[in-house]
Amino acid sequence: MSQSNLTEIDYNYNVVRQFTVMTVIWGIVGTLVGVLIAAQLIWPALNFDTPWLTYSRLRPLHTNAVIFAFGTSALFATSYYVVQRTCKTALFGGKLVAFTFWGWQAVILSAVVTLPLGLTSSKEYAELEWPIDILIAVVWISYAIVFFGTLLKRKTSHIYVANWFFGGFIITVAVLHIGNSMVIPLTLTKSYSLYPGAIDAMMQWWYGHNAVGFLLTAGFLGMMYYFVPKQAERPVYSYRLSIVHFWALVSLYIWAGPHHLHYTALPDWTQSVGMVMSIVLFLPSWGGMINGIMTLSGAWHKLRHDPILRFLIVSLSFYGMSTFEGPMMAIKSVNALSHYTDWTVGHVHSGALGWVAMVSIGAMYHLIPVLFNQGRMYSIKLINVHFWLHTTGIVLYIVAMWISGVMQGLMWRAVNTDGTLTYSFVESLQASYPFYFIRFVGGVLVVTGFLLMAYNMFKTIGAKDGSLKQEAIAA
Amino acid sequence: MSSFWSIWITVLTLGTLVGCYLILRMCLKNFAGVPEGESMGHEFDGIEELNNPLPKWWSTFFLVTIIWGFGYLALYPGLGNFEGLLGWKSSNQDVTSLSDSKAQVASAKAAGLHVQYDREVERADERFGPIFAEFAQQDVETLSKNEEALKIGQRLFLQNCSQCHGSDAKGTTGFPNLVDNDWLYGGDGATIEQSILHGRVGQGMIAWDTMVGGEEGVKEVAAYVLSLNPDRAAKVDSALAAKGEAKFAMCAACHGSDATGSAAMGLPLGAPNLTDNVWLYGGSERAVQQSIRNGRAGVMPAWKGILGEDKVRVISAYVYSLSNQD
Repeated sequence: MSQSNLTEIDYNYNVVRQFTVMTVIWGIVGTLVGVLIAAQLIWPALNFDTPWLTYSRLRPLHTNAVIFAFGTSALFATSYYVVQRTCKTALFGGKLVAFTFWGWQAVILSAVVTLPLGLTSSKEYAELEWPIDILIAVVWISYAIVFFGTLLKRKTSHIYVANWFFGGFIITVAVLHIGNSMVIPLTLTKSYSLYPGAIDAMMQWWYGHNAVGFLLTAGFLGMMYYFVPKQAERPVYSYRLSIVHFWALVSLYIWAGPHHLHYTALPDWTQSVGMVMSIVLFLPSWGGMINGIMTLSGAWHKLRHDPILRFLIVSLSFYGMSTFEGPMMAIKSVNALSHYTDWTVGHVHSGALGWVAMVSIGAMYHLIPVLFNQGRMYSIKLINVHFWLHTTGIVLYIVAMWISGVMQGLMWRAVNTDGTLTYSFVESLQASYPFYFIRFVGGVLVVTGFLLMAYNMFKTIGAKDGSLKQEAIAA
Repeated sequence: MSSFWSIWITVLTLGTLVGCYLILRMCLKNFAGVPEGESMGHEFDGIEELNNPLPKWWSTFFLVTIIWGFGYLALYPGLGNFEGLLGWKSSNQDVTSLSDSKAQVASAKAAGLHVQYDREVERADERFGPIFAEFAQQDVETLSKNEEALKIGQRLFLQNCSQCHGSDAKGTTGFPNLVDNDWLYGGDGATIEQSILHGRVGQGMIAWDTMVGGEEGVKEVAAYVLSLNPDRAAKVDSALAAKGEAKFAMCAACHGSDATGSAAMGLPLGAPNLTDNVWLYGGSERAVQQSIRNGRAGVMPAWKGILGEDKVRVISAYVYSLSNQD
């Protein structure tokens, strides 16, 4: 880690530290709730007959906690860090910077309270009610002011590629959130969508898929473009590839939403356009993976010793896998099999646990020592254990969901010679139980890894200033 | 949609694909001003970028998907009002009524358009229709002895009826048990078939609380109803039941003066027998009071339009067989 010019400029690391610590904490909370609801699918009694512990209320809490608490905190931390260091200037915005931290934590805490209470707008990944939506919009616009203000006062001539992705994700998420959250409030805790019927569904998945496309893809590509070359100490593979895949990715992704609504009341033309754009999107998505993995050219041996780099590179492999799987699932005839099954759940988690979580974890392990004046994490061995726990957990999770998903799809469409369905729904559910158990085990491994990470982080923070020295690696 | 929106969609869709092609073409050339494979000369916090060319397989594959995209949008509906060269549609998406739907199915067929849903329904009817038409030549009772029909009937039941009546057909609160030979409307084959074809709507059990004299009246009538049940009679306050008996005259119109229900009188009212131990909405004192106080209105939907008469015949045979096992 070459942090030689760390003290040259008075960077604002305070907000980066705050978001970094919260990333790890929300990571534990989010995955723990996930494991609980995974267990409830096997042992329904685990809701203890308590309304606010039922699956229906905890599931949105899980998704909000991992996407908006864990994932977005990681994006705040890394974008604030990267934009300062690659623009050679401190954050713009003064008190607005601290507001984005406290404001965002307030959003998360409101979610933690309102979702179990059953207060929901019922839109997936946009469940929070309108007063919280307004707070999100205010915090997000402040974030944009801080980020773009910093870009404007940069001391470098060009804008680094990581910041293109961060900038793209910040603007688009603002547009998506405000567009999809338009409601007519009835009371403080209840509102109705401004959009009718199929239009509402289309708005919802325009938002929903681009929450994936911009927040969980573009944002984390920004993270990747800094931490992979930094950790590998190698130049980015291809500048020209980064240009074409950035522009193609942002212009195609925004169209992909309708593939969530194949074979519904959505007009045929919308479904076709959504499918075409999703498939053309495949190669631009892979552009990011190629650029990341090829950056390692000539440095592959580092993977043997550096579990942080391992997190980053394996995250790119999962990224490549799920961005191949996604366009494939967007093909109508594939979607006819995969839609509404656990395959979708597996796909999302190969993206969320494999790509998003692993690249964030790698970035956090890189960041924590820098932010707290140490040469390395408290224990490199524990990072390695975390890597294997996390990887094994994901593989168990997604393989189980692939099998149960394809099985469900095949069982639902199986027809007897008389034209009647071969299986009832309950039979497909019964057949899924073993896979639900494997998924639960995978989830437990992931949570265990996060707990080790938290221990490692607090040990690093608590260590005497500068006492953890970087070990010389025998090459 | 209006031609403005049609053009808007077409221009944006094609523009996005053309834009992707143009930027790909731009980046295929070395416009960077430094030799390929060398550093761009920028440096950001120690990170440099190389001017490597796009991987050949990647750019070729990308180009192929773009060309494929144009091809798909030429063949299938996608560009606004343009319906595509294949004349393919998933379904007649703008139908507003059953007659409209039938008219559109006919006109699409006459015009040789490929409406996928219509084709699939047509093909399924051609393939499976004769099987059910043959079963439908027998009456429900005869069919209930046909092992093959019963298997098919059970599957149809599991997929269409079990959501309310349970996969064992034993029902649950508000949804009748179909295996106990206790019938609201009658258990012969033709009546079962009528119930399924046209559905049933419980009507008479309105909220009776004011008519029986308020809360006290509700308790009295409930006590009387429970006193008719041999297993429960001993625990009922007989004074209360006696008062209820006088008021039961109002109930007798549907449930019969002996409370054995409308089916026993041969009337299609769906009023249950109150003297047995079968309780559609629960037999506890509280549940019976609730039924009297607020009324009950069960609904069995009509399946004729959904499954057709032939399939309903097969399901009827299955349901009949459940309470007529030899």
